[in-house]
Amino acid sequence: MNQMQNFTKGFLKENPILVLVLGTCPTLATTSSSMNGLGMGLATTFVLIGSNVFISLLKDLIPDTVRIPAFIVVIATFVTIVDLMMQAYVPSLYETLGIFIPLIVVNCIVLGRAEAYASKNTVWSSFVDGAGMGLGFTLALGVLGAVREILGSGSLFGYKFIEGEGILVFILAPGAFIALGYLIAVVNKINKARKA
Amino acid sequence: MVLSLTLISLGASAGLGFVYEFTKEPIEVSVLNKKLNAIRLVVPEFTNNPNDEMFMLPTGEGDSLEVYPAKNGEEVVGYAIRSYTNNGFSGYIGFMVGFTPDGTIYNINVLEHKETPGLGTKMVPDGTPEKPEFKDQFKGKNPAGFQLKVKKDGGPVDAITAATISSRAFCEAVQRAYNTFEKGELK
Repeated sequence: MNQMQNFTKGFLKENPILVLVLGTCPTLATTSSSMNGLGMGLATTFVLIGSNVFISLLKDLIPDTVRIPAFIVVIATFVTIVDLMMQAYVPSLYETLGIFIPLIVVNCIVLGRAEAYASKNTVWSSFVDGAGMGLGFTLALGVLGAVREILGSGSLFGYKFIEGEGILVFILAPGAFIALGYLIAVVNKINKARKA
Repeated sequence: MVLSLTLISLGASAGLGFVYEFTKEPIEVSVLNKKLNAIRLVVPEFTNNPNDEMFMLPTGEGDSLEVYPAKNGEEVVGYAIRSYTNNGFSGYIGFMVGFTPDGTIYNINVLEHKETPGLGTKMVPDGTPEKPEFKDQFKGKNPAGFQLKVKKDGGPVDAITAATISSRAFCEAVQRAYNTFEKGELK
């Protein structure tokens, strides 16, 4: 697999949310608007790239028996960095995402990539893998957030283009499940068509 | 094994210490700005720094609220009171309630809430003269003669449609701020 394929696999073929269906908790909870989805996605991308690079750098230093605690320490460090940075420079986004920023620590995508990819591959491929997976995650969250915001509030990135209330259910939790379900169906269809 | 874990943790804490020091000041500034903006929304224009002159007043229910006096020059133009309620549809709601010195409500700002989007959240926005919002019916009213109760409870307040609990909680928090304001010794 060349680096280009390695990068693009996160978008459709192995998209963490839409194909692997990992990390659905922050996905469902933070995508009530496109801005929130995008912010959450980018924060996770930063953590993914950082932890992937560091874990692949340290992979010869970490004994197998303590690899999970070591990975978690690295991941938690990056999450805390994101947490502090967002608090300092984008306080309004930090407030809406709230608890879900610290919870990136336990996001299965991050630990999953560390265990399945970064601990076995070179620094450069791990960086590419982290960036691809992270941006794939961001894309899925952004699209899901956009769909929910358009249907639920009649706006996109806070810019209102449909007068009135919108379909309230799409802002609430059930709407997240409905929208995610349809999104997964669409991506499955695309992936099948590409294989054929 | 122990050594490698120690080394990694050491590196992580060093990195975090650096980031913490680096972001400490911007975080303080953004927290303070947020507070000042919230105060600015609920009292007439002021020239002092209400945060430096903040004092606590008892509510009379075994609790006390933060009071931020707003002054234009030497003259007091209003008081912003940090009030709250625990009876929102989803629990806690934080408010900044602004009074002019005679006890008239100047404006009310919802600081934090977990109310249902589209229903309880209608308590948040400021309206326009053409399209008034829930909050607007409180502006310019003095709770001494304006009962803070929704119509269902025999008061004059029009509750938000399908969000009576949120509206009731809103009234309760404003009432708490007013009680504190009325009984307390204002500086």
